Amino acid sequence: MIINHPLLGPRDSEEFVYLGSTDLINRPTNWEEEASAEDFYQYQYIRENIAGDHQELWYHEQGDQSWLVVTRNTLTHEITNVELAQDVSRAMGRGK
Amino acid sequence: MNKTRYSAFKVLKEALTGHKGWEPTWRDAEPKADGYDVVIVGGGGHGLATAYYLAKNHGITNVAVLEKGWIGSGNVGRNTTIIRSNYLLPGNEPFYELSMQLWENLEQDLNYNAMVSQRGIMNLIHSDAQRDAFIRRGNAMLFADAGCEFIEAKEVKERYPFLDMDNPRFPIKAALAQPRGGTVRHDAVAWGYARGASDLGVDIIQNCEVTGFNIENGKCLGVQTSKGEIKAGRVGVCVAGSSGRVMAQAGIKLPIESHVLQAFVTEGLKPVMDNVITFGAGHFYCSQSDKGGLVFGGDIDGYNTYAQRGNLPVVEDVCSGGMAIMPSIGRARLLRMWGGIMDMSMDGSPFIDSTEVDELFFNGGWCYGGFKATPASGYCYAHLLATNESHEVATAYKLDRFRRGAIIDEKGVGAQPNLH
Repeated sequence: MIINHPLLGPRDSEEFVYLGSTDLINRPTNWEEEASAEDFYQYQYIRENIAGDHQELWYHEQGDQSWLVVTRNTLTHEITNVELAQDVSRAMGRGK
Repeated sequence: MNKTRYSAFKVLKEALTGHKGWEPTWRDAEPKADGYDVVIVGGGGHGLATAYYLAKNHGITNVAVLEKGWIGSGNVGRNTTIIRSNYLLPGNEPFYELSMQLWENLEQDLNYNAMVSQRGIMNLIHSDAQRDAFIRRGNAMLFADAGCEFIEAKEVKERYPFLDMDNPRFPIKAALAQPRGGTVRHDAVAWGYARGASDLGVDIIQNCEVTGFNIENGKCLGVQTSKGEIKAGRVGVCVAGSSGRVMAQAGIKLPIESHVLQAFVTEGLKPVMDNVITFGAGHFYCSQSDKGGLVFGGDIDGYNTYAQRGNLPVVEDVCSGGMAIMPSIGRARLLRMWGGIMDMSMDGSPFIDSTEVDELFFNGGWCYGGFKATPASGYCYAHLLATNESHEVATAYKLDRFRRGAIIDEKGVGAQPNLH
């Protein structure tokens, strides 16, 4: 698979480390509340496991060490969009 | 049921009478209008084994197995055929040991030649720390009566002279073997269980894809399929690899990601390896099929996918693992390579459990260890479907174990499915 890095252009996926769904950006912020245990359980362990377009985090370990959000079809491996994770995270209203 | 018993006498008789007396191995059925006591979704090894043990152990024969394609077209026909019970943790080891005992009697039980070959499995050790860890694992195996053998380097070299003992990066220091481990003809497992279940009255319905669940007031009443609605007293989903897609139809999210695992076979070679050998410093496992091909595999590709094919970086990784322990493999040409989809769970261990929907049960999360578990998975799932209670060796395989902190993480890498 070739990942079209927004800054570096097309790079082989072998240079990257895969983490998982972009949902992992949304770490619960209510850790001081009792009820947060359930939120952290959902965050840490439960996955949508989408068959189709999947937004996922890739780390460019053997490159510029940036985190990317890659939109990739899990049925065909076709990559349709690549963004810097910090841009996606900021758009969600979180820090980088 | 007119059950043909397979035997040497039967083969001889048919040979002399023009092979006119053979019957189809199992009965191809269509859905019954008035439904079933139990509908099993997924006609792979685990689903067919479940149906067989439901009928045999629990007398529940009004059962249908629904399969989207043809039976055995999924992972039971895609694995590297290895069986073993060399686990460490108490949640796992008794379960896999039950599986091994069922393998040992499988062919007599089913009257079907599944070519169960207890040729032994040998895990290579490459460092002092690994020696300690493997001795601990060996002790866990002895506690569970699984048996094991510790083999020092000198003897490893004598038995398998083709191994690269003094590889500068990955020297072979010793090995932990399970002599009862081995290989099984994987397709025959599906066919044997299908035949056994069919003979006991189970309907095996192929080309029947489940497209939805009929759920009312939190209770599952049946399934919608490409062959129409099928009523069911109880539904058991058993579709590892596709669990995410199927359970999403019931609105259930799982602690599972789907990943692809590739497997490989070389051209036929003369006999060189009489057991199963695994590399301890990377991920590579290999055996030689009866046709002579070296059958091997390694790591999963590592990204979410439902495509039954992988990419080249892992091919290189697996092959370099092979080269590190047996450089002679570099002279063999690859004949075929293929991929299968794994339910990778959050701790590397499976699930056999009820769900939040009444009368809907779930079996999955087998990661890439599902084949060896086939008999025990069916045995324990049938027990759960028949009695509503987990079998004593499968009590740890609950879906809510992460919520309770009761994970079964053999590898100790945490909630990162692509690392298990």
